[in-house]
Amino acid sequence: MDAPAMPDNSFYSRQAWLILGLFAAVVLFVIPALRLALPPDNPLHLSDYYLLMLGKFMCYAIVALAMDLIWGYAGILSLGHGLFFALGGYSMGMYLMREIGAEGQYRSLMPDFMVFLDWKEFPWYWAGTEYFSLALLKILLVPSLLALIFGWFAFRSRIKGVYFSIITQALTFAFMLLFFRNDTGFGGNNGFTDFKRILGFSLAHPGTRVALFAITGLALILTLLLCRYVVLSKFGRVLAALRDAESRTMFSGYNTRDYKLFAWTLSALLCGIAGALYVPQVGIINPSEMSPANSIEIAIWVAVGGRGTLAGAILGAAIVNGAKSYFTVAWPEFWLYFLGALFVVVTLYLPNGVMGLARRRER
Amino acid sequence: MTGEAMELNGGIESTGISHVIAGESIDVSHRAILYLEGVTVSFDGFRALNDLSFSIDVGELRCVIGPNGAGKTTMMDVITGKTRADAGTVFLGQTIDLSRRSEYEIARLGIGRKFQKPSVFENLSVWENLELALSGPKSVWHSLFHKRNSEEADRIDAMLRRINLIERPHAPAGLLSHGQKQWLEIGMLLMQEPQILLLDEPAAGMSDEETERTAELFRSLEGKHSLVVVEHDMDFVASLARKVTVLHEGRVLVEGSMAEVQNNAQVVEVYLGR
Repeated sequence: MDAPAMPDNSFYSRQAWLILGLFAAVVLFVIPALRLALPPDNPLHLSDYYLLMLGKFMCYAIVALAMDLIWGYAGILSLGHGLFFALGGYSMGMYLMREIGAEGQYRSLMPDFMVFLDWKEFPWYWAGTEYFSLALLKILLVPSLLALIFGWFAFRSRIKGVYFSIITQALTFAFMLLFFRNDTGFGGNNGFTDFKRILGFSLAHPGTRVALFAITGLALILTLLLCRYVVLSKFGRVLAALRDAESRTMFSGYNTRDYKLFAWTLSALLCGIAGALYVPQVGIINPSEMSPANSIEIAIWVAVGGRGTLAGAILGAAIVNGAKSYFTVAWPEFWLYFLGALFVVVTLYLPNGVMGLARRRER
Repeated sequence: MTGEAMELNGGIESTGISHVIAGESIDVSHRAILYLEGVTVSFDGFRALNDLSFSIDVGELRCVIGPNGAGKTTMMDVITGKTRADAGTVFLGQTIDLSRRSEYEIARLGIGRKFQKPSVFENLSVWENLELALSGPKSVWHSLFHKRNSEEADRIDAMLRRINLIERPHAPAGLLSHGQKQWLEIGMLLMQEPQILLLDEPAAGMSDEETERTAELFRSLEGKHSLVVVEHDMDFVASLARKVTVLHEGRVLVEGSMAEVQNNAQVVEVYLGR
């Protein structure tokens, strides 16, 4: 008898590659080309409103993927992922504030909120914020370093389950309070806004908008491929193993703390990138991004889409945010009821989310 | 290094895998591979282990019995690094102090442990369970870039046959019967190529036939590995027919053959009396 075949570990089925390729073509070429080539009144020209909405959704989808990696695969529920998103956003926002130059309301080289506070010079931690390359570095380093330090202590102390979730929630809340203070030097509760340009390109220019949109689409696709690679690797199976039986994993010779720390830090890094792409498109970043409710919503996206599937995370982010966009315009007062009801329905009837439903259909 | 230690490590290297952390070999020049000396563990004043001293030899199959609360599981926790001793020392061979190592390091040094309740990765397949248990490098970096190869597949295949799961390599481990999970866990332990196997109630929940085959398996491992079997099932212990250690109130009460132990007045009193 032949040895049993190794488990099927192909990256994606042909069908899945086809869907991904189609998505890439639409986001990277079709939408940008049509927008730049056709006049705004043409029906094939995606309006500013929808371009922005789609761009936002793709940023959220990156966050959802990051959440699925840590929650769906490693079983660690973070209720503070909004913090990493916001820190990436603030890192980008500081650079965008410097790019305003002297075109602010007070015609000063200092950001308006600093003039308002009567600050005469930049605090030390604003040094170098005028350089885009340093901003990129910070986008990558600030959220992941915070996650690394926090995770090192938490995982070393073997904090798990609901206790871990609560601490992450407290962490984002503490940062929100910190950023609300005017004296912290990040614009207080107004945060950063009124951006003018990025790398010299006007943010109001259609070309800049389309470029940001396409870069976000590319980032989403690369994030998906990266996450897929990670979960299909032996590393991904060790994550699933420690989720189900951490002691057995340790007694098999794996240092589970390192595995959790790596997944956790990678997850925070991806959130930071998403936040940095979000801010120039939406044009504002403020401490409300760090509110506990925001982070909980991220978990709901993943639960709705289906944990541990990656594609489900993207789907969940799109479904919940699509519903949110619709509700907050049509019946704003019902949005939170709807969100609550959605969570209850998914928990009770769709433990594997929309992806679970789709899989059941297939059988 | 003595002749015996050389032989022990030579046996491992001949399989092409060196799972002992580089530079650390187990010195068994005095025959014993595992020593516990004066180990005490207290939980809120209760002494689960009370000045316990215990050792086993290379290649020995030792059974450990004792009434509930005698400290059998706590002893395994101390050996594997799950619980730290308040006092006393735990040595692997003559030179390696286990009391300072973490669980995963102790596992890599060559101590494998089977839990009382079968502990497998329920959402992974049988094949993947064995794959993760394979001896070899286990760092994050290695796992990220590791490629499956036919040598690993062959080893997994051989183990699937040995533990009678060759028919269901791709079934999720969570769907196996209780007895099959026990076997899978034993298989995972063997994939680690440990020097010492600690087996906490390995026959619990098995049918008579499965129990008999388990005893057979353990006897076949004797000599190549050192085994410590904790059991309640006296028939099972008798069928292994080896040296038995009786624990009581956190220390060794008696050690000897099954017949000696069964006829010992103190043991009878502990099990039946009071």
